[in-house]
Amino acid sequence: MPETRTNFAARCSAAALAIGAAFAASPLWAQVPKPWQMGMQAPHSPVEHGIHSLNMLVLWIIVVITVFVAGLLGYVAWRYDHKRNPVAGKLSHHSLLEVAWTAIPVLILVVIAIPSFRLVYFEDRTNDAYMTVKVTGHQWYWEYTYPDAKGLHFDSYMVQDADLKGDQLKLRHLAVDNQLVVPAGKNIRILTTSGDVIHSFFIPSLGVQRYAIPGRTIETWVRVDQPGDYYGECNQICGTNHSQMPISIHAVSEADFKAWLAAAPAKFNTAGLDTPARLVMASEH
Amino acid sequence: MSATTHDAHHDHGHGHSPSFAQRWLFSTNHKDIGTLYLIFAVCAGLVGGALSMIMRLQLMHPGNTVVTSGQEWNTIITAHGLIMIFFTVMPALIGGFGNWFIPLMIGAPDMAFPRLNNISFWLLVPAFALIMTGLLLGESGSGWTLYPPLSNATYESGPGMDFTLFALHLAGVSSLLGALNFITTIFNMRTPGMTLHKMPLFIWAMLVTAFLLLLSLPVLAGAITMLIFDRNFGTSFFDPQGGGDPVLWQHLFWFFGHPEVYIMILPGFGIISHIISTFSKKPVFGYLGMAYAMVAIGVVGFVVWAHHMFISGISVDTRAYFMAATMIIAVPTGIKIFSWIATMWGGSIEMKVPMLWAIGFIFLFTVGGVTGVVLSNAGIDQILHNTYYVVAHFHYVLSLGAVFSIFAGWYYWIGKMSGHQYPEYWGKVHFWVTFVGVNLTFFPMHFLGAAGMPRRYPDYPDAFAGWNYVSSIGAFVSGFSVLIFLYVVYRTFTSKEALADNYWGEGATTLEWTVSSPPPFHTFEELPRFR
Repeated sequence: MPETRTNFAARCSAAALAIGAAFAASPLWAQVPKPWQMGMQAPHSPVEHGIHSLNMLVLWIIVVITVFVAGLLGYVAWRYDHKRNPVAGKLSHHSLLEVAWTAIPVLILVVIAIPSFRLVYFEDRTNDAYMTVKVTGHQWYWEYTYPDAKGLHFDSYMVQDADLKGDQLKLRHLAVDNQLVVPAGKNIRILTTSGDVIHSFFIPSLGVQRYAIPGRTIETWVRVDQPGDYYGECNQICGTNHSQMPISIHAVSEADFKAWLAAAPAKFNTAGLDTPARLVMASEH
Repeated sequence: MSATTHDAHHDHGHGHSPSFAQRWLFSTNHKDIGTLYLIFAVCAGLVGGALSMIMRLQLMHPGNTVVTSGQEWNTIITAHGLIMIFFTVMPALIGGFGNWFIPLMIGAPDMAFPRLNNISFWLLVPAFALIMTGLLLGESGSGWTLYPPLSNATYESGPGMDFTLFALHLAGVSSLLGALNFITTIFNMRTPGMTLHKMPLFIWAMLVTAFLLLLSLPVLAGAITMLIFDRNFGTSFFDPQGGGDPVLWQHLFWFFGHPEVYIMILPGFGIISHIISTFSKKPVFGYLGMAYAMVAIGVVGFVVWAHHMFISGISVDTRAYFMAATMIIAVPTGIKIFSWIATMWGGSIEMKVPMLWAIGFIFLFTVGGVTGVVLSNAGIDQILHNTYYVVAHFHYVLSLGAVFSIFAGWYYWIGKMSGHQYPEYWGKVHFWVTFVGVNLTFFPMHFLGAAGMPRRYPDYPDAFAGWNYVSSIGAFVSGFSVLIFLYVVYRTFTSKEALADNYWGEGATTLEWTVSSPPPFHTFEELPRFR
């Protein structure tokens, strides 16, 4: 099984690189929903690439099935209208037909299930995390903790409509005051929990979503393909300001991340930190 | 299937007419109770529909302030969901059509327990009053799934939440008693000759539905009781600070909640089978396959609940199991869709209004069904869970599936129930306006959900404005179609046209077509012979 996962991951990253190359001209961008968008947001993590490819497979299958059923319905409604066919036939059994429309859907489901199982296991967790981020949902803001960096933690609130300025004006209900900063291209373990009610940590373009449940810690993971800003929202009803606790992730290069990390304790005035934060990376062991 | 009856006499209530209170408040007659259920469902549907108009008005533009607070918004969505499920779809399909047509179709004089039937209905009325109290107090903002901790006393401290929970207790008892009554009636009161394998498919549908109610509602009742205790008596079943677990609620709720969605759609399956057969002038294709497909859906429907919890932190193997089990439901559902089409194949189809609704049902249910296959993939659900894609999916199977089957049944049987026929032209207008309206409302929600718009949001990022606007316009068209329906009701009840016993002709072969339209107060006092 680990081997399968690695293969799948490798193929996903290859796809990521290919798509990444297409965007090479603009290395930093904001991944947000677009007006009149009809499909999923562009994928920016191996998991989301996997979700996209499975979704495309399933989408085509269901489109074909729907068109087929609609076509059949239209045809029988036209062909067997009482004006065209005044005397009704008697056909009410046909074993072969019944076996066929039982067996063929089973085969279609098998075709969907095989890649689907692989995706579910691939999505589950990362074995070799570069670092861990603990996400705590609160009414109504997110708290981000970096356990590997001596407990550096800060809160992330939505920017209220009246305070939006410059580029943020296009990000109403998405922009936040403090983004979650992570290094791009590294496997990051995400642990979600909550300080009050259930929230959901949801970033569509990165394929991340887990509930944040009080009394529980749930694990998932992400690897952001490249530097940029990625947006998501709280996705589990959590009280009156449920729609006002968006999520914003700022992915940067490893060097930039280390620089940010060095400056972060001063910026967030983290209590109890007597020495500058230094991340103990998996790669340094 | 063919039937004859000796029930030719038109005895209206043994020659004495009960007073209004006796007939309608103390009713033990399955037809009158069915009528009460249908009237109740229409009234509750208008309330639930009015709430959806408020919701679509709020969501028409980003930053709207039709609804001023998030709490108020959350209360509205909670009430909309609960009213539509417990007080509109279930009373119409189960209480209404079930009461009316189970005894008529199996040739029984009435339900097995007529007084139980009465209390089943009258429990719904206080339940509805309690739900409305919760709504008006603005204190039940948890969504219809009532997930604690949001629904516990710390975060919803007012009595409105307790009213809402107790309303579900009452509605649950109402349905449970109804289910007992249906099961007993179907098992014991079929007319001689009607074996289980000769029962009309609507009866099969109601039998499976009744079993689903019987097995799932006690679990809901237990969960609600525990939540009420958490809120009021200091227990902590769902509170981690006292050793409880919020995820336990999710398991209990969905163990009820998933069969519940089949409870809402199975009676519709039964109705659609009859309508397709009647207007194609052919017996239903693959009768046994159709019956056992419903049984299979009912059985498998009990072991898929955690597909609502793919991101609740259940283990990856559990996700894999629930994903596989969920996908399997597509198979019996597919059997039903194709068997309906095969029933029409070779038929002599009359495109009367009930048939239009039935064909509309098959198509829209297919659309709702295939998006269910997408969502069953736990991997994809990771980013579709709780988005508008889910909202689109379940409105396609319920608001466009179950509700279309209710309208199909209404047009099919209103002449039988009331003795007045609906106006064909206005029925067709009603269908087409509804069809356009609901598709315009719900199809764009797939796009919104795929792009990542979360549900239960009173305000959203500006990028989602376009499709939300289209959806709102569609909702107003659907709202207008309700007015057309009310006009159809008015025209129906003022119609002077006399109706034959079997006004649909040769295609309609079940026993309800052997009694007059409307049927006498008491039917089948002498059991019909069934061959």
